[in-house]
Amino acid sequence: MKHMANDRIEKQIELRPPVSRVWRALTDYREFGEWFRVKLDGPFVLGQISRGQITHPGYEHVKWEAVVQKMEPERLFSFTWHPYSVDPKIDYSKETPTLVEFRLEKTASGTLLLLTESGFDKIPSDRRLEAFRMNDGGWTEQMKNIESYVAQAA
Amino acid sequence: MSHKRRSSVDAKRPAHAPVFAALGDETRLSLVAKLCRGQPRSISQLTEGSKLTRQAITKHLRVLESAGVVHSVRSGRESLFEFDPEPMEEMKKYLDLVSEQWDQALSRLKSFVEGEVPGSDSGAIARRNSALRI
Repeated sequence: MKHMANDRIEKQIELRPPVSRVWRALTDYREFGEWFRVKLDGPFVLGQISRGQITHPGYEHVKWEAVVQKMEPERLFSFTWHPYSVDPKIDYSKETPTLVEFRLEKTASGTLLLLTESGFDKIPSDRRLEAFRMNDGGWTEQMKNIESYVAQAA
Repeated sequence: MSHKRRSSVDAKRPAHAPVFAALGDETRLSLVAKLCRGQPRSISQLTEGSKLTRQAITKHLRVLESAGVVHSVRSGRESLFEFDPEPMEEMKKYLDLVSEQWDQALSRLKSFVEGEVPGSDSGAIARRNSALRI
């Protein structure tokens, strides 16, 4: 039962490049934008709002907004944001954001990336429903776009 | 969550309080665990074997009820409490969805950073896919 009440998401992924390379992909705003699919207005600055525009086909109307919380070089990058803020008519800024944390650890074969997103207990239930609709709308479609992006980058 | 449930969502958004918060308590979790077994229970039955008073248990049940996790039905002079799986399924679906999106984002990141490594498999695969696509 306990994990049903879990209010967080935890992921980990092994990456071959060294920590320094992964750190750059996470914290250089252009590189972050490439894989996350967002066009950011400028670099990530500790304690400041990062703004931009989502570049996923079909979601170009969605604005990206996050507040950089921590930047401990090659160790921890974190920001708070409002997940699935896809409806331009809603002011998401009044809602409690979730916290996204990327932690990096050096491994024998490269880098271990640990991702945590926490604070889902504060998300209004309406918003969760909205996220379902968004998912219905196009995640599968989006996957195809990702593939073609990777092809371009390679 | 059934299809019926999903399509009714647009028409009428249920305004239940956050399920996560309701479940963020050991006592309430154990109450839900008891009720999950399917049988509606009275407050007395739910108080049995607990260190808490009937009053305290009732209070916790009301919190769960307002989150829509359980609901009560009258049976004679008693209220019986019953588990309602929908809000929890919804919550789980939401987390599954966010989780899935991170999986995809991280796999894009992986392709992004590993695609550059000379001779890396993912890069080669990506290039092959692109050739096929074109």
